[in-house]
Amino acid sequence: MTISIDPQETNNESLQPKGWLRYFSFSLDHKVIGIQYLVCGFLFYLIGGTLASAIRIELASPMSDFMPRDVYNQVLTLHGTIMIFLWIVPVVNGAFGNYLIPFYVGARDMAFPRLNAVAFWLIPPSGLMLVASYFVEGAAQAGWTAYPPLSITTPQSGQIIWILSVLLLGGSSIFGGINFIATIIKLRRPGLKLMQLPMYCWAMLGTSLLVVLSTPVLAGTLILLSFDIIAKTGFFNPVLGGNVVVYQHLFWFYSHPAVYIMVLPAFGLVSEILPVHARKPLFGYTTMVFSIMGIVVLGLVVWAHHMFTSGTPPWMRLFFTIATAFIAVPTGIKFFNWVATLWGGKISINSAMLFSCGFIINFVFGGITGVALAQVPFDIHVHDTYFVVAHFHYIVYGGTVFIIFSSIYHWFPKVTGKMLNEKLGILHFIITFIGFNLCFAPQHWLGLNGMPRRVAEYDPQFQFVNQISSLGALLMAISTIPFLINVFLSVRNGKDAGDNPWNALTPEWLTSSPPPVENWEGEAPLVEEPYGYGKEISEQK
Amino acid sequence: MTTLDSSKEIQKNNSEVNETHEDFRMFGLITFLIADGMTFAGFFAAYLTYKAVNPLPDGAIYELELPIPTLNTILLLVSSATFHKAGKALLKDKNSDSQKWLFFTAFLGIIFLICQLFEYFHLPFGLTDNLFASTFYALTGFHGLHVTLGTLMILIIAWQSRINGGRLTSQNMFPLEAVELYWHFVDGIWVILFIILYLL
Repeated sequence: MTISIDPQETNNESLQPKGWLRYFSFSLDHKVIGIQYLVCGFLFYLIGGTLASAIRIELASPMSDFMPRDVYNQVLTLHGTIMIFLWIVPVVNGAFGNYLIPFYVGARDMAFPRLNAVAFWLIPPSGLMLVASYFVEGAAQAGWTAYPPLSITTPQSGQIIWILSVLLLGGSSIFGGINFIATIIKLRRPGLKLMQLPMYCWAMLGTSLLVVLSTPVLAGTLILLSFDIIAKTGFFNPVLGGNVVVYQHLFWFYSHPAVYIMVLPAFGLVSEILPVHARKPLFGYTTMVFSIMGIVVLGLVVWAHHMFTSGTPPWMRLFFTIATAFIAVPTGIKFFNWVATLWGGKISINSAMLFSCGFIINFVFGGITGVALAQVPFDIHVHDTYFVVAHFHYIVYGGTVFIIFSSIYHWFPKVTGKMLNEKLGILHFIITFIGFNLCFAPQHWLGLNGMPRRVAEYDPQFQFVNQISSLGALLMAISTIPFLINVFLSVRNGKDAGDNPWNALTPEWLTSSPPPVENWEGEAPLVEEPYGYGKEISEQK
Repeated sequence: MTTLDSSKEIQKNNSEVNETHEDFRMFGLITFLIADGMTFAGFFAAYLTYKAVNPLPDGAIYELELPIPTLNTILLLVSSATFHKAGKALLKDKNSDSQKWLFFTAFLGIIFLICQLFEYFHLPFGLTDNLFASTFYALTGFHGLHVTLGTLMILIIAWQSRINGGRLTSQNMFPLEAVELYWHFVDGIWVILFIILYLL
């Protein structure tokens, strides 16, 4: 059965608001929705960043003097939840996915445009609800993991609002995932083979599979947790015969894949950016595809490495250690492929490239500590210390957030038709890179020496290193300023970008900047070689 | 930004845009049902773990009677068959037959829900009595929510399959096919739930 696109619908779409207003409307255009995701996510990034600054100010001194202890717990819970569920997951999946995937598969929109708009419009209310919970009766304070019994015994209203908010965000994420799978598998332009797709499509396909398979488990878990809090059942309450470890298993069944949901799309994006700015084909396309799918499969069976100190039996420790160590293989393949892509390329040193290279460096560091953390003896030593905080931020900030900035520098000309200022961009990169490493590298040392995480006070011997870390956080906060100035200046009076400022070959560059409502004036181009750089030169020889 | 400024261009655009593509609404629904199935999988995993590692305290009541749930299983299985009949009838353009079968399916769903409530009121334990009781109500309640939604959707498509002005015809089978797939899914979940919760 086939569907013909109803001309009536296109008419209705042309009646939707134009200009800036359309970003505040229930628009069905995938490009508008992508920008909605990005800007909304960035606003929450600023809130989450402010909370992070508050944490680092508090930790500049060993005593709890900047804020009371329970406020500290609320701040760190909100920081984690906002950064993960409202910034990284929506932006790296929703924003870039919605903007780029229809171009890459040669379509005029996503498979389910209405579902797409619904998925986005679930985010602002749930985010506002989460932030507002702080003013109701104190926000949730059990960390972003909401482990019981802590989440059951702390004040209820904040925790319940937290659960509702995360449930809505999970729903948004599932709708997005369904849409991406249908778009990539079913909506491909005729003649476009799967193995000709740009790498970001594969990354989003893998990510969406993880979203669809694991997010519902989190939803079920949180429903049970809310029963425990509201109806006083005993699923996770040991006093009533429940079992806290069951919560941890169910929670990490989602939340470990969630790490890949945050980082796999970044792998895809960096695979788009590097070939363009190195003027070389992406090295090892097939191995990239298989390693993404390998990460998807392995990512579903490694969750208990978060629980080595939760009384896991020896066979479980053995299995999950080995499975986790195996993930280093596909990840390593991807890493070597990126380096090989750069090798001998004609590299342009611009902001997008710098942020991508920063990503590679930071990610190797986070990957090495990740393999270390998978080893049970080491993990037991550093469990719940700042070593874990350092590792995690090297993956999600040094990894994913660097790629988000890199992607903004790379696709800003396409979205707005204007170039970003390179000098401000490089300044942004330098401050971010130094600030980030200054902030999180010392935390490895803190963790190895036994400083516990998630506590407002610490042993005075750690004060100096904590102050270095706080200085780094200050630099990271400052680094946002040149970026914001750059964006506002460039949107107004940036240099005209033209349709294809980077001379890229992927399909989104083969239309005008900004692209028309239905992506192409005529038929969608068939791009069989999205990474065919350097061909003309070698042919001339 | 756009080519849709004048009405002439809109018309031109429309003739260009009139492309066709495969119907992948069912594909999307299947993906959603896989996700929904994972929620149940999480619940089942939690229940089985509790059963394996968390012994109930002495004197806890967890006996279940089989007659009502067995009747419920039969009701749902029969309703799957009657739904299938409705689809067959609609395919042969017998809209009124199709509507009758749909109403009968919805009726079976409602009977199922009434039986479920009857069982709830006559069970010797409440939601918070012990871990088994809590899991029992959570699992059957979550499934019951699915049956309620399914019944409502069946009533909606039964209304849509009315002869004059209904949008459900043999040319537009998708609403019926979608709800049918969802209903079979809910039945399948019930069979698994019945085996795990009542028989194991």
